[in-house]
Amino acid sequence: MYINWGLAFESFPILLQGAVVTLELTAGAVAMGLVIGLIMSLAKLSSFRLLRLVATVYIDFLRGTPLLVQLFIVYFAFPPLFGFSTPNKWEWIAAFLALGMNSGAYIAEIFRAGIQSIDRGQTEAARSLGMSHGQAMRYIILPQAVKRVIPPLGNEFIAMLKDSSLVSIITMEELLYRGKIIVGRTAQPVPIYIEVALMYLVMTLVISRILAVVERRLAKSDIR
Amino acid sequence: MIYVKNLHKYFGKLEVLKGIDCHIREKEVVVVIGPSGSGKSTFLRCLNKLEELTDGEIVIDGIPLNSETNVNAIRREVGMVFQRFNLFPHMTALENVTLAPQIVRGVSKGEAEQIGLELLRKVGLSDKAHEYPERLSGGQQQRVAIARALAMKPKVMLFDEPTSALDPEMVGEVLAVMKDLAREGMTMVVVTHEMGFAREVGDRVIFMDEGIIMEEGVPEDVFANPRNPRTQSFLSKILSVGVPSE
Ligand SMILES: Nc1ncnc2c1ncn2[C@@H]1O[C@H](COP(=O)(O)OP(=O)(O)OP(=O)(O)O)[C@@H](O)[C@H]1O
Ligand SMILES: [Mg+2]
Repeated sequence: MYINWGLAFESFPILLQGAVVTLELTAGAVAMGLVIGLIMSLAKLSSFRLLRLVATVYIDFLRGTPLLVQLFIVYFAFPPLFGFSTPNKWEWIAAFLALGMNSGAYIAEIFRAGIQSIDRGQTEAARSLGMSHGQAMRYIILPQAVKRVIPPLGNEFIAMLKDSSLVSIITMEELLYRGKIIVGRTAQPVPIYIEVALMYLVMTLVISRILAVVERRLAKSDIR
Repeated sequence: MIYVKNLHKYFGKLEVLKGIDCHIREKEVVVVIGPSGSGKSTFLRCLNKLEELTDGEIVIDGIPLNSETNVNAIRREVGMVFQRFNLFPHMTALENVTLAPQIVRGVSKGEAEQIGLELLRKVGLSDKAHEYPERLSGGQQQRVAIARALAMKPKVMLFDEPTSALDPEMVGEVLAVMKDLAREGMTMVVVTHEMGFAREVGDRVIFMDEGIIMEEGVPEDVFANPRNPRTQSFLSKILSVGVPSE
């Protein structure tokens, strides 16, 4: 079988657009995950039992079931479940929702671990000064926890970047989907899928380099 | 100022405080001594509700501690200084001191800083206002912690072994600040084994053992003529080991 390596060059601009979509999708999902994660971690550490229960169920469900299944539930099952007809660009919305909700569960655990790693004495000092639980969180605990959660959040971003390839299955036009389309038209899986893989690799390598720099900066300005 | 009646505290099945009764008057300096595990810290922590009481009553400045609603109100009036300082590491000394007055008492930033600088001057740390805690010695950190508690203008100050995490050469500077406070008429409850401090500024010594108050009285009397055998053996132990009496 003839392998057309030149196709890799011809396809590059189209795949690059897909890579941009992959990055947007990942950034959007992680941003949504940060909001959900913060809320869920605070709920999980709350003194209200109901809140803790909700957070536990959410986190366990999303971490304990395959992301692909979650994606299908959102994409195929949400419309009949909540009784709406799929809007324009539904694959975009479904992809964001599924990845964001999933990321939220992992980020909730990252935040919870970060918050719990702060010495109890900090909370006690804050409370002894008359601060409410919320004030102690906001002014004392979270600012210190932020530094500790940056490295695991970076790993989560990289994991999400790779997992986002799953949404190609619901016709979301990200990097892998574009590769699949080109392969369908040209019957050239070898150059295209290798190129797609390399593009993912470049993205994850660049991101982990950036992370390493950020971590080194944080270590230098330690504690602050 | 502080009334404690029949205070009991359990951790699970473990009874740590077994019925404490005491009354601490305004401007009084009470020194609490006792062996490790006797419940001294737990007692102090009950006084600002860092621990829930299992049974009994505490009334501080006319406010009963049991009502769930005013925990933060009580804590505003009761300052606490911890053995391990617990400064906020992401804030400068001055920020440590000025945060709570602003967000809890609603004092303006300018006013809080004015009060904060004044307090730092009082504890001898004017020149360290903009340092972060990691750049301060233990003694300096503890003095910032005292200033931080004072910034809330508390009616009572609780100290839980404020000098026992310090190198010996730093103990004096912290005790000096506490003595000044006592002379200014602050009501203080101090867990410490600094006998010099107890003698000099203590109005009363409470000896705690196994969750009860075994003996109390004027420092001179308790140290010179302890009546309870447990007090005698405890005092002879710490005096012979030579816990630095200042
Ligand atoms: N949060 C807790 N949970 C369970 N047990 C506790 C807790 N805090 C204290 N205790 C127990 O209560 C008892 C009294 O502790 P406490 O810290 O009040 O003693 P202490 O007199 O301050 O001792 P030390 O001189 O060592 O500081 C100890 O047996 C301790 O193990
Ligand atoms: Mg103690």
